[in-house]
Amino acid sequence: MFPLAFVFVAGLWEAYKSVGPEAGGKVLGIRLLPRTADRAMPHVWDMTSRLGRPEVRGGTEAIWQVVAAATWYSFRVALVAFVIGALLGIGVAVLMARFKVIERAVMPYLVVSQTVPIIVLGPLIIGLMAYGSRDLVSKTWIAAIILGVFLAFFPVAVATLRGLQSTPPASLELMESLAAPWWRTLVKLRFPAAIPFIAPALRLAGAAAVVGVVVAEISLGVPGGVGRLILSYGQDASSDPPKLYTAVFGAAVLGLAMALLVVAIDRQLMRRHPPEAT
Amino acid sequence: MEAVRVAGVSKVFNQGAVNQVDALVDIDLDVRKGEFVSLIGPSGCGKSTLLRLIADLIQPTTGEVTVNGKTAHQARLDQDYGMAFQQSGLFDWRTVERNIELPLELKGWDKPKRRARSAEMLTLVKLTEFSQHMPWQLSGGMQQRVAIARALAAHPELLLMDEPFGALDEMTREHMQAELLRICRETGTTVVFVTHSIPEAVYLADRVVVMSPRPGRITATVDVGLGRDRNELTREATEFYDRVTEVREALRGTHVGDVVAGLEDR
Repeated sequence: MFPLAFVFVAGLWEAYKSVGPEAGGKVLGIRLLPRTADRAMPHVWDMTSRLGRPEVRGGTEAIWQVVAAATWYSFRVALVAFVIGALLGIGVAVLMARFKVIERAVMPYLVVSQTVPIIVLGPLIIGLMAYGSRDLVSKTWIAAIILGVFLAFFPVAVATLRGLQSTPPASLELMESLAAPWWRTLVKLRFPAAIPFIAPALRLAGAAAVVGVVVAEISLGVPGGVGRLILSYGQDASSDPPKLYTAVFGAAVLGLAMALLVVAIDRQLMRRHPPEAT
Repeated sequence: MEAVRVAGVSKVFNQGAVNQVDALVDIDLDVRKGEFVSLIGPSGCGKSTLLRLIADLIQPTTGEVTVNGKTAHQARLDQDYGMAFQQSGLFDWRTVERNIELPLELKGWDKPKRRARSAEMLTLVKLTEFSQHMPWQLSGGMQQRVAIARALAAHPELLLMDEPFGALDEMTREHMQAELLRICRETGTTVVFVTHSIPEAVYLADRVVVMSPRPGRITATVDVGLGRDRNELTREATEFYDRVTEVREALRGTHVGDVVAGLEDR
C-alpha cells in the first residue's frame, strides 16, 4: 500500500502543478492556491534526481548521504527524548496513583505546561541552562532532548494514570485477599492492566518526541540534525528549489521510522492482551 | 477448633451519616472444619458483607471474626483461605497456568514448585490441556474452573465463594456444582458459599444459613442431611425437594424487595 500511496501523492503534485496558476491564486479574495512555478513547486523528478547530486557545487558526498546522516542524528536524539519521556511519564503517573496529594498538586501544572507554545521554550531552556556562548554550539542538542521529553512525557503520564486507576475492583479485591502489598499489586496487576491505556499513549509520545526535537533544531539551529538542514536549505530555495525538498524527505523518513518503531513496541506490549481491547 | 467463628458481629456502613445502613446485626455463625455452608437470602441481606468480613476485606463494627483460631486479619496475611467471585477475575495477560500460580508467587514459591502445583490443580479441575491458553480464549465455565483452581492453589483449608456460578447458564452451573463437590471431597476443604439460588444452596451444602435484610441477620438454619455422596439423582430425590421447600419457607418469612439502593449484596 505504501509505495502506491507515494505514487498517488506524487501524481497529485504533478497534476496540480500542470493545471494550477503559475503565480498562485485567490479563493474568495484570499491567497490560497500555491504557486506552481518551478521555483516554488519543483517537479517530483527534479527532487529525486537532486538527491543524487552533491550538497554544494563541487562537493564529494551526494546530498542524500548528508540528509541521511542528519536524519539518523535527529532520530537518535528523538529516540532518547522518547525513552526518557516515556519513563518519566510512567514514573510520574505511578507517584500520582500512589499519593492522591501528588496527583492533586501536580496534575494542574502538567495540563498548564502543555499549553505553553513549545517554540518559546527552546531559548528559555538555553537561557536557564546558562550555556556559555562557546558550548552553545556543542550542547544545544540537550535543549532538543529536553523539548522532546517535554512533549513526549505528557500523554504517557495522563494515560498511565488513567490506566492505573481503571483496574477492575474485583481484581484489586483478589490481590487484597491474597494480602499482596501495594507495590506487588502494582507490578502484578495494576501495571499490566494499564497496558491497553499506555500502548496508544506511547504512539503519541513517539510522534511528539519527533516534533519536539525537529522544532528545537529549527528554532535553535541545533547543528547536525535534519531540522537544521531544513533551515539552511530553505535559504537556498531561490537558487536551488529542489534542495529544500531533500531535507523535507529526510524529516518524513524520520517521522515514519519513529512511527514504525512505536507500532512495533505497541504490538509487543499488547501481544498477551485480548485482541478486542484497544 | 472451628474453621470459622463469627461472634456477635454487626456491621454499620456510613455510621452517623444520613445514609447510615445497618448491614449486619448480631451475627453468630460457626463453621466446622470440612463443612460446606451456604449463605442464602434476598439482595441486601448482607450475605456478601458477611463473606467479606470473614475474608477481612472489611472490618466488623462490633464483634469478632476468627478463622482457624486466628483473627481474620492474621488469617488473610497467612493466606489461610482462597476466594472466588462471580467474575472469575482472571488476569487477561497471564496464561491459565500462570493465573493459577498467582497466589503461590505471592507466597514466594520458586518456579518448579509453582509449575508442579499448577499442573496438579489443572488436573483437579480437568483443564490440563488448556494450561497455555489465555483466559479470554476459554468459555465462562472454564474460566470459573480456573478461578477455583487459583483459589485452591495454595491448598487453603477454607474456600470463600461469592456467587461463583451466578453468571453461568443452568447446564454449566449444575456441572460446576458437581465438580465443586467432588473437589471439596478430594481436598477436604471447608467452604462458605454465597448464593441466591435455593436448589444450588441445598445441593451443595451440609447446612444452609438463611438471612434477611434491613437489618441483615440470620433468621434460620437448615440442616440438609443428604449425605456426602451426591450426584445428579440427588437433584430428583424427595429429600432434596423437602429441603428446598424448607429453605423456601424460611426465606418467605424474610422481607423481599424494596432494598436500599446501592447496597444490594453488601
